[in-house]
Amino acid sequence: MSHAPSLRNQGTPRHTLLIRVTHWITVISFVALLVSGVEILISHPRFYWGEVGNSRTPALFKIPIPSSRATVPTGYGYVLPDQNGWSRYLHFEAAWALVLTGLVYVISGLWTRHFRKNLFPAPADRTWRSFRSVIAKHLRLAQPDEADSRSYNVLQRVTYLLVIFILFPLVIWTGLAMSPGFNAAVPWAVNSLGGRQSARTLHFFVSIFLVLFLVVHVAMVVLTGFATRMREMIPSLGTMPQERT
Amino acid sequence: MSKISRRKFVTAGLAATAGVSGLAVAANFAKHYGLVPPDSGGIYGPGETLTYAAQRLLTRHSLAREFPRSMISKVPFANAMPPLNDAFKRLQGRAFADWRLSIDGMVAQPASLSLADLRSFPVRSQITEVVCEEGWSYVAEWIGTPLFEVLKASGVLPQGRYLVYFSIDPDWWESIDMADAQHPQTLLTWAMNDGDLPVAFGGPLRLRVPRQLGYKSVKFVTRLMVTDSPKGFVSALDPKSANSGYAWYAGI
Repeated sequence: MSHAPSLRNQGTPRHTLLIRVTHWITVISFVALLVSGVEILISHPRFYWGEVGNSRTPALFKIPIPSSRATVPTGYGYVLPDQNGWSRYLHFEAAWALVLTGLVYVISGLWTRHFRKNLFPAPADRTWRSFRSVIAKHLRLAQPDEADSRSYNVLQRVTYLLVIFILFPLVIWTGLAMSPGFNAAVPWAVNSLGGRQSARTLHFFVSIFLVLFLVVHVAMVVLTGFATRMREMIPSLGTMPQERT
Repeated sequence: MSKISRRKFVTAGLAATAGVSGLAVAANFAKHYGLVPPDSGGIYGPGETLTYAAQRLLTRHSLAREFPRSMISKVPFANAMPPLNDAFKRLQGRAFADWRLSIDGMVAQPASLSLADLRSFPVRSQITEVVCEEGWSYVAEWIGTPLFEVLKASGVLPQGRYLVYFSIDPDWWESIDMADAQHPQTLLTWAMNDGDLPVAFGGPLRLRVPRQLGYKSVKFVTRLMVTDSPKGFVSALDPKSANSGYAWYAGI
């Protein structure tokens, strides 16, 4: 990425300090949520639809893994150790970190017009044609050009908006809909999803989409120049020209 | 440098400061209004405190969802049980006629009630969901004596802030705050789906706390103790260390 040094010299970092910091807090929280979420899932790797579901009711589908509970019929002859104590503590603490960080990010993004300037697709790009051309470029494995390192293409913009404004709110909502205390106060949060087990199943699928995003995101970072992308996102005084103001 | 980048920097700094000081303010607020759970220490303390404080502010008086009779699970699921001890088996042999529930601690009048005594209080039934932290659930009708009636009869002293409740199994107890202990749906349950409460579901007496996960609904309850601090009684699931066991507040 030969243009990276010139960008730095211009004194306009690609991402603001706030974006860099919130990005990495989100990364740490998300990994914690993922690891603890998998541990919690292992205690009952069966999914249902509707209000109720347990080992004595038919499953919507099962994950073919062993369980950390002897009461779950998995077909495996052994039971994994129970890790739900720390997993649940970590899951909810990381959820708080992610929600609070997300709030700071979204409020500042609206305030600084970050979403409108950098993520909302330009009018000219809101066409199937521009989507097709970006996808075709990806399929040709074309290297990113000058414009790509200054701004996001329409596919990136739509994906980021989807993750920020659809997937994260959905994963928070479906998660809260499993809390008996929260449901007592806000019953429509779970009733509108079709019941508690539906909320759990949806929470699982939204998480899968978020993991899918993570995999593609990291793959694209690696393919388009890991070092440059990292320089753009890591908060460091050397690339913060404001420090010299 | 341009004004724009300086403004951005200041905005970012302000937002980060606001986030951090927001947390600090919330922590002070929680302390002042008794919104700090007993397991607020350790690395998971901040998350637990946020959860407990947020839920106490938002859900103190809300009622757990109740369901129509048609939604009662045909095959309720009873979790694996620890082996029942000799004391239990002796009582079971006499159809629980000698089962006693004692109420002590910070109450004006300690008491010891039989199941018949409990039935002489106002009876209440509710169709609520049992929600296990593992993920599974079922709906059943629970019939019993509201805990607040029993507490009212014994007279909770003003300094009583928590209720510790013990199973006949000596390694099994839990504690809840007064918001849940005095909650109208917290039920000393002795019948289920129009029959006696089966042993597998905690019979003859289970304390149902429907706004919290299933592990707070202790089976085979024999003793209630009102206390000003649940220190040493945080969670039966791992009495040695709150942070390697399960969360004390299980409303999430």
